[in-house]
Amino acid sequence: MAYINLRPDLFGITSLLDFRKETAEPLCRLTQMLLRGESSLTEAEREMIAAYVSSLNDCVFCSSAHTATTCALPGGKESRIQPMVSDLTELVISDKMKSLLHIAAKVQENGNRVTKEDIDVAKVSGATDLEIHDTVLIAALFCLYNRYVDGLATRTPADPAYYESLGKRLTTRGYLMPEDGYNPLKY
Amino acid sequence: MPYIDTKNDIPGIRGLMQFRPDAAIALNQFAQVLLADDASLSKLDRELIASFVSSRNECTFCMTSHGAIAAHHTGGTYELVEAVWRDYKSAPISEKLKALLNIADHVSKGGLHVTPGDIDAAREQGASDLDIHDTVLIAAAFCMFNRYVDGLGATTPDDPAFYEIIGKQRAEEGYLTKSVLIKD
Repeated sequence: MAYINLRPDLFGITSLLDFRKETAEPLCRLTQMLLRGESSLTEAEREMIAAYVSSLNDCVFCSSAHTATTCALPGGKESRIQPMVSDLTELVISDKMKSLLHIAAKVQENGNRVTKEDIDVAKVSGATDLEIHDTVLIAALFCLYNRYVDGLATRTPADPAYYESLGKRLTTRGYLMPEDGYNPLKY
Repeated sequence: MPYIDTKNDIPGIRGLMQFRPDAAIALNQFAQVLLADDASLSKLDRELIASFVSSRNECTFCMTSHGAIAAHHTGGTYELVEAVWRDYKSAPISEKLKALLNIADHVSKGGLHVTPGDIDAAREQGASDLDIHDTVLIAAAFCMFNRYVDGLGATTPDDPAFYEIIGKQRAEEGYLTKSVLIKD
């Protein structure tokens, strides 16, 4: 049972976006821009940052959703990412992605934990300033989403089919709020 | 000095926003709805929650700038926000706001730290679903803003006069106007 009165046919973040559309609208646009906008990071790489930070925050809903989305995108499955991943050595990813995920993990703890050395390692691995900026902001954004979803105790489906279906929808329709509102996901 | 070359010397979050204007538009519109609107909680209460969470996250830039905005919602005096920074439980604020700050404190540690007891205590003081929702979202939002600012090493001025200027501007104008820090 969520802590506030949410639509019973929606789960997780969707039930919250539906509850307060005024705050959801700019948040959805920010997410669309960061995860689907023009970038030298692939969509799978950006989803992986979201999935990894959500795992570190113990947010089952967001971790499952963004892991499924990563795997539904080109190049995603090959990384071998799993829901609630915590050990980067299990992932098959580039050194640049490792250094960016390392920064994301520092951000997850606290912004002040990021050091100049962490940034330098990413730069040496070929990360651009824009990639570093977006990594930090994506990691920070999921520190918001994870707290939002769990802080109000939204419903988290147990069935993996839900996340597979959600992941597919996020790869095809992205994050912008549907004009006709949120409809329950078929899975 | 930020960790990345932002190609400007504007301090704090506005310098990062200049580097990524597309993100800035969405972030400022989000802040406007969340903080500069009196729906249910007052603007003052919203800014106190923002500044309090930033203090818990040890983000000096956000704590001081939103503290200054809160001060300018009360005629420019810092006594109230300073009392909240010191110990909100003994601050001269309503029991309802204390219960909401307790929720915000737990959100800052992680969403799973919020308990049904925290929510019940807020409801007993008259908090509505919207009050509770907005408290959790403001607290979560500052777990984002704080990490954005410090994670990229944004410049944090020491001079209180700096925060006075931006605090006054945002209290009066909200979040959608061009920063007084940007000269052109």
